[in-house]
Amino acid sequence: MGSVGAKDVPQLIGPDGLRIDGRRVDELRPLRIVAGALHRADGSAFVEWGANKVMAAVYGPREVHPRHLQQNNKAIVQCRYNMAAFSVDERKRPGLDRRSQEISKVIAEAFESVIFAEEYPRTSIDIYIEVLQANAGTRCAGLVAASVALADAGIPMVDLLPAVAVGKVGGHIVLDLKKEEDNFGEADLPMALVPQSGRLVLLQMEGHMNREELSTALDLGVKGCRQIYDRMKQALRERYAVDPTPSSAAPMEAGS
Amino acid sequence: MGSGHRPGRRGRGREGRFPHSNSDRILVLPGEEVPAHGLKPGTGTYRVDGRIYASVLGLVQPRPPFVRVAPLSGRYIPKPHDTVIGIVTDVQGTFWLLDIAAPRWAPLHMTGTPWKIDFGETDQYLRVGDAVAVSVEQIENTGRIGVTMIGEGLGKLEGGTLATISPAKIPRVIGKGGSMIQSIQQATGCRIVVGQNGRLWIDGPDEGILKVREAIRLIEQEGQRRGLTERVQQFLGESPRSERFDRHEGPPLEDREPPAPPEEFPPGGGPGRDPFSDDSDSPEQDVN
Repeated sequence: MGSVGAKDVPQLIGPDGLRIDGRRVDELRPLRIVAGALHRADGSAFVEWGANKVMAAVYGPREVHPRHLQQNNKAIVQCRYNMAAFSVDERKRPGLDRRSQEISKVIAEAFESVIFAEEYPRTSIDIYIEVLQANAGTRCAGLVAASVALADAGIPMVDLLPAVAVGKVGGHIVLDLKKEEDNFGEADLPMALVPQSGRLVLLQMEGHMNREELSTALDLGVKGCRQIYDRMKQALRERYAVDPTPSSAAPMEAGS
Repeated sequence: MGSGHRPGRRGRGREGRFPHSNSDRILVLPGEEVPAHGLKPGTGTYRVDGRIYASVLGLVQPRPPFVRVAPLSGRYIPKPHDTVIGIVTDVQGTFWLLDIAAPRWAPLHMTGTPWKIDFGETDQYLRVGDAVAVSVEQIENTGRIGVTMIGEGLGKLEGGTLATISPAKIPRVIGKGGSMIQSIQQATGCRIVVGQNGRLWIDGPDEGILKVREAIRLIEQEGQRRGLTERVQQFLGESPRSERFDRHEGPPLEDREPPAPPEEFPPGGGPGRDPFSDDSDSPEQDVN
């Protein structure tokens, strides 16, 4: 990021304090979550978050495939984060690269810390995250999608895992970076929160922030996570709506 | 934590009980607090600092002295005495490994079959891909699932076709006292074996099988609604098969044999007709 000359950096925060897409510094991009978007998987979710589109599928608990990976006291959590070749402007070379390996690993570890893996010894819980369209914050979108998919798959866990990135852009601490802010901003701090306990189970940082900025960023991120948490719960409630209220069901029955 | 605080008054209740009289069913998501009322944490819950939280997505069921969360989704979790439909995934010298849609494969030992088999002859009885109706005997503490094929209504499933539905919806497929499965069998002239693991084995006339599949899809989609049995009965009764299924198949169905009249397959299974329809009764009785 340091290599970009100051003059080349677009103005990311306007004089009115709004960002290039008109958001306030503490505002999320529009978020849409669909639980149970796929049929074959044990659980699935689709997330549209700004211009990100991410699909997540969960299989398991199921037999571990290379047998030697099996652990006889708990389930293993495996994750594959993958970006589609068409997900970014320049065609991405398909397949595993260092970046997706790292993201797969940190996401798997984040989920390991919330899943009650001891309930299913010698099995594997497999999480597949496919990024169909990327616009910064895909690991967070992937986490959100995977977490909803895990709940949809009936996997026992401490809590859902909302995630969001906070960054430093044009000297301001801002919530939920979009691509330009990520590329030209000063720092990017993705995090995932366990709302039940308030613990962070994923925290990475790229760029530079000082101590106060980091502290502000964490507070802002936790607030953002709580908003996302509500949306995740809403998506799951829509999918598993217990019978409609008697008043709305009754006329339909009378008609039938 | 939203609506998770409404008190649960249904002292008794079964997983996937029928949608009637469920105005106080409480849906909880992982991490949401479960109204405990002094009860202890049961399955599907965990306790932190004296508060009880749900660990799975499901419905709150107070079962004194425990409060549990009955999952609404997820894989089949085996229970002893469940009839399940397994698919052979591996053949060994003395046993087969069955995929019963559970977290683990279930070994079916040759001593658990009605056949007299010599070592190494297992593949002459069941091959990879075959479907069998088996009963869960026990879950060992290693997590190994023991199954047996000895028992009424158990055995290799030949012919017919498999359908799947979420295991949480199986009680609705069966219906109150078996009412749902009986009306489906009668209206379609099909034999149906219901596996508690969400697999259904259907055999009968082609149109009947298609109709059963549609009925299952209806149950899957509307499983949470009230009056489901009536709705399905209405669906089964409303459309003569030939009209309804013309759109599924190109040629009209005149040249097909008319579906067997329902009397041939009374819900209890025709005597000597098949060993399996009895089996479809057993899970029904479980429900009561």
